[in-house]
Amino acid sequence: MPKHLINPNNWVKQYSDYLFNYTITRVNDREIAQDLISETFLAGLKSMVNFKGEASERTWLISILKRKIIDHYRKINSNKGKAEVRMNYNNNEDSDGDWLEERVADPFDKTAEDTLENSELGDAIYDCLEKLPEKQADVFKMKTILGYDTETICNELDITASNLWVIIHRARTALADCMEKNWF
Amino acid sequence: MKKKFLFISCDEAKHICDKVQYGEATGWEQVQLSLRLMWCKFTKSYSKSNSKLTDAIEKAHVSGLKLEEREKLQKKFEEDLTNNQ
Repeated sequence: MPKHLINPNNWVKQYSDYLFNYTITRVNDREIAQDLISETFLAGLKSMVNFKGEASERTWLISILKRKIIDHYRKINSNKGKAEVRMNYNNNEDSDGDWLEERVADPFDKTAEDTLENSELGDAIYDCLEKLPEKQADVFKMKTILGYDTETICNELDITASNLWVIIHRARTALADCMEKNWF
Repeated sequence: MKKKFLFISCDEAKHICDKVQYGEATGWEQVQLSLRLMWCKFTKSYSKSNSKLTDAIEKAHVSGLKLEEREKLQKKFEEDLTNNQ
């Protein structure tokens, strides 16, 4: 009997934010990220019969998404590859030597390690968010990640402001606890 | 009455602490919280872990789908689901 079952009806609700966060850190464009997620879900629907249930649905979807992201970059590079990259940095002879100063590494620039660590931290936050009750996770995401104001969230979810703060408090307590165990 | 005016309960302090994370606490609430933080170890501990969580979220630059984006994705998914049944 498989360890994990597949239920596509919950994919958007359960995994779209996680997949989006995963994608946006890699493609840096909201539209492209959404298209890639859409393509991932479609590919998932088409290959559902191949799901063995050994990995979780999320892991399985991520493995499809990874291939979609690679395909996306392949497509871009095959177009870009037609245009030769030129390094005519500066033709002005008067500014000899400036190039060295201007090309020196920026100490405030993010290193690949920082980016990787931040991306893993983001995954850890989403892992903890998935353990919260649905409403708590929704309110927390809207308030903290999407930055919606209190009034908008209250209208959207039909709750009062004091309800919202109670939910936020519970979500933050549970998340801080989870992050303490898994990350900090 | 005066005491109540200055001193808040632990739950009230935690509530203010949450609001501080979103920049929604008033100046007076922040004063009340600061006073409580001077002597209440529970509030202090909550405030510390709350700030740590906020820092982690800021550092990770976590993103999510906006409501309209999620609705668009859901609509597209439902079409795909119907076409694949």
